Amino acid sequence: MIHTRGLTRVFTVKKETVEAVRGIDLDVAAGQLVAFLGPNGAGKSTTLRMLTTLLPPTSGTATVAGHDVATDPAGVRSRIGYVGQRHSAGEDFLARDELVTQGRCYGLPAKEAAARADELLDLLDLRPLAKRKPGTLSGGQRRRLDLALGLVHRPDLLFLDEPSTGLDPKSRADIWEHILRLRETYGTTLFLTTHYLEEADDIAERVLIIDNGTIIADGTPEQLKNDLAGDRITLTTSTEEEARRVAVLNDGTADGATVRLRVAHAAAALPELLRTLDGSGVKVTAAETARPTLDDVFLALTGRSLTNDDIPA
Amino acid sequence: MTFLRDTATVFSREFRPQLREPYGLLFEMGQPLLFLFLFGSLLDGAVGSSWQWFVPGILVMMCLTGPMSAGYTLLVELIGGSMERMLVTPLNRTAMLVGKSAKAMIVLLAQAVLIIALAVPLGFELHAAGVLAGLAQLVVFGVGLGAFSFVLAIKSAPGGTLFYVVSQSILFPLLLLSGVLLPLETAPAWLRAIGQVNPVTYVVDAQRSLFAGDLTNPSILYGTASACLIAAAGLHLGNRAMRKGVG
Repeated sequence: MIHTRGLTRVFTVKKETVEAVRGIDLDVAAGQLVAFLGPNGAGKSTTLRMLTTLLPPTSGTATVAGHDVATDPAGVRSRIGYVGQRHSAGEDFLARDELVTQGRCYGLPAKEAAARADELLDLLDLRPLAKRKPGTLSGGQRRRLDLALGLVHRPDLLFLDEPSTGLDPKSRADIWEHILRLRETYGTTLFLTTHYLEEADDIAERVLIIDNGTIIADGTPEQLKNDLAGDRITLTTSTEEEARRVAVLNDGTADGATVRLRVAHAAAALPELLRTLDGSGVKVTAAETARPTLDDVFLALTGRSLTNDDIPA
Repeated sequence: MTFLRDTATVFSREFRPQLREPYGLLFEMGQPLLFLFLFGSLLDGAVGSSWQWFVPGILVMMCLTGPMSAGYTLLVELIGGSMERMLVTPLNRTAMLVGKSAKAMIVLLAQAVLIIALAVPLGFELHAAGVLAGLAQLVVFGVGLGAFSFVLAIKSAPGGTLFYVVSQSILFPLLLLSGVLLPLETAPAWLRAIGQVNPVTYVVDAQRSLFAGDLTNPSILYGTASACLIAAAGLHLGNRAMRKGVG
């Protein structure tokens, strides 16, 4: 569905060249649900804008839904759906009118565009809001309208840029329910960005992490967490001296009487570890295990945290 | 075919809110109407029949402010996400520009007809051929100005400040130095010299000749040339800006 080779975008800002995206090779198969993660300024949006034909690549190629973004952007546009970070409906227009217009933009005859608009209003529980201006809708309702606008032409591939940002937890859950139902029903390929890492962890089959314009990790959330971060074991010992000793022996970090260790499978490793420590006379007073998060993966790869990034409003 | 269909799509999208709230048309006309009645009454006698002299000027003034507001609506859509959403569809880029301009021109024509209708009972003499030719010239001029304001909007996104600064700092000098409100004939030489490099001056002069029914006046030729030049330059730049990709 998506194939890129050496996809690169260079910007010139005040006579300085900035390489926003540096030679990305990417293959996404039909039906996949891919979460594209990375800090602000990592090249996420630039990549997305190139894949959706909003921005021509400086070099490299990208074939999206079977068409080349540079030589046949119209072919790409007619096959992909796009839900941007900002709101898709114009402020002056009624919800249903925008849906009809969108259908017309994709070349649907007037009658079909109207029928499709009604279908989508029902599908996304927007029917009572058909004659409202976007400004009068709640955040969650607006986002559902954005989603509806991206689905008018039944695309096989849908790009979602921060679909749940700025929504309250209930609306977030609601929009995900709609997105996942869509995927289940139509087998739509989804390529999305989010800065809620736990969301990506929950729903994505594949996670791509981009940093400094390069993809630095690619795999299922499980793979990434196991291979790159590992589980965390937190032990409390009776003395600080013991804690330091355990930390040195097991390649961990000590903080007071607390030791933090990284292991592949904490549930299996913990009993063994406790036995060993007991044998060497270390008294462990408390033990805890935790599964890693995608933030731990990013931290392990870059030494920085993804969540400390300033989050766009 | 797709081009015409896409133009119609954009036009009908833009036009529907106008139909829903037709009084918005009148509100936009508030300022030109005020100018018309205030200056028209003040200048009565000073420039011959003031209505004959003033109505074409007011029409040119609306032609300058109307297309500017077309650029403003584009800017709002660029700052919001609705323009981006449409750019990801196969909609023809040039059709976007043309559809938006067409809507602005229909509004302009409706306003022009209203102004003329209001001025007739006050003593405005109607020269049908001249009025029709005058309106046609206004549309050409308006299309060009609209295209310029679209380019300005595209260059100003996503901040938008540039749009306000440029449109505000250009609009008033263009207006004042074109003789729309006060005749330039009695102005000092330096002011007339500035007026002569202002393309709007030629359009205003041509409009006055046309609305007076003086259809052989050479000013019409200059005015038409000025309007066509503005239109050609605006459309060329607008088209290029649209195709280059926005934001």
